[in-house]
Amino acid sequence: MSAGIVTVSYIGASILFILALGGLSNQETARRGNLYGMIGMTLALIATLVGIVTANYAVLIGGAVIGGFIGWVLAKKVEMTQMPELVAILHSLVGLAAVLVGYANFMDHSLAISGVEKTIHDVETYLGILIGALTFSGSIIAFLKLSAKISGKPLMLPARHWLNLGLLVLAVWFGNDFLNQSATGGGMVPLMLMTIVALLFGIHMVMAIGGADMPVVVSMLNSYSGWAAAATGFMLNNDLLIVVGALVGSSGAILSYIMCRAMNRKFLSVIAGGFGTTSGSSAASGPAGDVGDVVAVEAEEVANMLLDAKEVMIIPGYGMAVAQAQHTVFELTKQLRDKKVNVRFGIHPVAGRMPGHMNVLLAEAKVPYDIVFEMDEINEDFPKVDVSIVIGANDIVNPAAQEVPDSPIAGMPVLEPWKGKTTVVLKRGMATGYAGVDNPLFYKENTRMLFGDAKDSIDAVLKAVAG
Amino acid sequence: MRIGIPKEIHEGEKKVATTPEVAEQLIKLGFDVAVESNAGQAANFSDDAFRESGVTVVEDTKKLWAESDIILKVRAPETHPELCVDEVELLHEGQTLLSFIWPAQNEALMQRLAEKKVTVLAMDSVPRISRAQKMDALSSLANIGGYRAVVEAAQHFGRFFTGQITAAGKIPPAKVLVIGAGVAGLAAIGAAKSMGAIVRAFDTRPEVKEQVESMDAEFLMLEFEGDDDGSGEGGYAKVMSDEFIKAEMELFARQAMDVDIIITTALIPGRPAPELITEAMVKTMKPGSVIVDLAAEKGGNCKLTEADKVVIKHGVTLIGYTDLPSRLAAQASQLYGTNLRHLLTELSPEKNGEIFVNMEDEAIRGATVINHGEVTWPPPAPKLSAAHKKAAEPAVAPAPVAKPEPSKLKGLLPFIIGVVALYGLGSVAPPAFMAHFTVFVLACFVGYMVIWNVSPSLHTPLMSVTNAISSIIIIGALIQVSSDQNWIMILAGIAILITSINIVGGFAVTQRMLAMFRK
Repeated sequence: MSAGIVTVSYIGASILFILALGGLSNQETARRGNLYGMIGMTLALIATLVGIVTANYAVLIGGAVIGGFIGWVLAKKVEMTQMPELVAILHSLVGLAAVLVGYANFMDHSLAISGVEKTIHDVETYLGILIGALTFSGSIIAFLKLSAKISGKPLMLPARHWLNLGLLVLAVWFGNDFLNQSATGGGMVPLMLMTIVALLFGIHMVMAIGGADMPVVVSMLNSYSGWAAAATGFMLNNDLLIVVGALVGSSGAILSYIMCRAMNRKFLSVIAGGFGTTSGSSAASGPAGDVGDVVAVEAEEVANMLLDAKEVMIIPGYGMAVAQAQHTVFELTKQLRDKKVNVRFGIHPVAGRMPGHMNVLLAEAKVPYDIVFEMDEINEDFPKVDVSIVIGANDIVNPAAQEVPDSPIAGMPVLEPWKGKTTVVLKRGMATGYAGVDNPLFYKENTRMLFGDAKDSIDAVLKAVAG
Repeated sequence: MRIGIPKEIHEGEKKVATTPEVAEQLIKLGFDVAVESNAGQAANFSDDAFRESGVTVVEDTKKLWAESDIILKVRAPETHPELCVDEVELLHEGQTLLSFIWPAQNEALMQRLAEKKVTVLAMDSVPRISRAQKMDALSSLANIGGYRAVVEAAQHFGRFFTGQITAAGKIPPAKVLVIGAGVAGLAAIGAAKSMGAIVRAFDTRPEVKEQVESMDAEFLMLEFEGDDDGSGEGGYAKVMSDEFIKAEMELFARQAMDVDIIITTALIPGRPAPELITEAMVKTMKPGSVIVDLAAEKGGNCKLTEADKVVIKHGVTLIGYTDLPSRLAAQASQLYGTNLRHLLTELSPEKNGEIFVNMEDEAIRGATVINHGEVTWPPPAPKLSAAHKKAAEPAVAPAPVAKPEPSKLKGLLPFIIGVVALYGLGSVAPPAFMAHFTVFVLACFVGYMVIWNVSPSLHTPLMSVTNAISSIIIIGALIQVSSDQNWIMILAGIAILITSINIVGGFAVTQRMLAMFRK
């Protein structure tokens, strides 16, 4: 097959990938979009297989079959609550692949180039491996944090900013070394040293980021995996990789931006890490009122409130995911909707541990997506809401973000259930959220607290509503 | 504890302090409920309906009063016409009475109740704070009164409310002016609006403008220089300055000539109702117009109104009923009963059928006018008013001023650096690289455009699908796998393996997620 045909196939694949992402603009077209993505991938793979690969089919097919099988099993078995972990681990694989391809490319001396072209090619290789390694180790840490295998608390090393800067300087230094040595045929040693530095950098960067910032981290790593692919594309002079890398890279970057905006945080300060450890206690003494000034209620009362209500808003948070309460929540929603109560869901952009996490959980529980609304769509409706139920969420419904100017979360856009008639907060205890900020919502006079595990509480409410 | 609900004895009072539905809820709270025979008859609740809800029906009035621990009533106690004994005399020590009392107007009654050593919670004294809204019987009844006012007006008005164009000619819509946009006024606006009338409303409190407009009515503004604000404590209006009243009267005079129906609801606590519609204005109204005066009991907003009567003066029908809620007895009983139930729920936090008058609780404190024979009225003033926002405003206002303008140069700097860097790159890079670079930059922009359109609810599928397609890096591995060097082949083989995990896993999990999204 001629190179022209391969290139045309690649163009076709690029278009299909763009359509795949474009399809996600709404639920109706999303499935078709995913299909486009699969067709695009198949097209690119077949073109490459037929047009470029000439030997070692056994390794190729063996790798693809084993890998494909593992991927299939992962995709089928994963719980929807574990999506963030799965996405993180998949990111790490892209990073690792970028590193491997980079090394393989570097070891291949068949390319006869020299001068500026050689330098640029080396820089591309170097960058590809650097970003790949960083993505790899960072994603592994993110995975461990998300699956609670290590603590979600930010690790605050002394002088961590200097450490980061040191690692960066080191990476540049090795890069220079690498370029000099590569010109004379060497360079493997600085390349490996740089890889170690990049791995350390990735670990350190994600270790320093707190649990509440995880949505940003996950989308940032998504972005990096794209840039790694783009760098590899430059290295291999392959436009398809460049296009896809750029698409994915900008996608992740936009997601990171959206997440940062939803928390009113600067991207750099998220990366610098450490949210949730400082100044938490000082803000606790805001206008919250005396601790213990909360009104606890029983499940039956909540059920009565719900039955008396016309408009109910459910605000899920990470606690719902942890308690696996989404199915019970949907049962309750169904019961109430049958009784002509208008139940809707209000989703904060950073609810959960990755962008869109809550939507996926609710979708899994078969909640129709047309009653699930984004914060911006729903916030002005709260004055008309009779009962808001906050399930395992905290910072995203914290009025301190608007009322206490020196609060660590001041200025963060939040859902405003306290503007409704009654708010019921389901919570295990009076602990603060990830931001470590006390929540004045709990002390508002129209707030009721229902203590206990989210699933048990919703179960009890459901029973009372049905009975 | 046993709750007793006697039949109301005030003439024309059709309401009852509980309904079978509410009684059922009270029984759930652990109370024993008894009603006097025929207590709910006027409101169409039969004794049998009460019995079905588990309520004991008692024939003998005195027995009911004697055996109950808590008495629920609508009207304040008065002399029983059949037994020839004052209801106060039927009370005994330790009993609790929940009813309308109007302690300010009924000092003698308060005195006698206190002597009886009973506890009295006055439904009219429930503080108007947001937490106590569910017990606010005044609002419940005002709501009904406002609705009924429109129904009465329609009864006496000779035309349609809604405008129509029929084969027999064009019918203009009725124009309704509602004065006082409190609970009753807003209810009247809603009712008149839903019947198709053009509704205008006036209130001295500017903050209700939004509420009026939210009901699709027109809020009449005064052309008046000055910062007079009519908001008094507890959500009521206060007495206004002379110039304000002058401007207000001019407005009403102009409106009187134009509108067909005027509904007045203006009341100032503890004072006679202000005169808003003068005789001169009534004369200028079109013949057949209707005025419903909800303040008739307190002297009326129009001096021509006669309490409890419908009169026609200067061709205008003036309705002065003071028992409008009672004319919707079933509805009024249901709402009032529910208010009582909420108050009893607050009084019985343990839900064991025992009540405890917690004087620390602001809502209960406000309602309790006599506690075990001790007069506790008036309560300390409630702290919160509907207009508490005002205090917060000045504190917020200066904030934006403090924010410094970012200098233009600072914003431009990264841009300039970027341009210089690009030109620097362009001057040394080979053309092949620049071609790829062009593709890269364009792809970034395409990505930017496409991703902003992605629905936020699909962000998770977006991440998994971008994950799958970023594994296009497999092509790099495919290119290298054919190498004859073993190391390269092995590295490429591993890369193929892990990217395959990603491709299949990413697409499959995306498909799985998307399949779950449904309408």
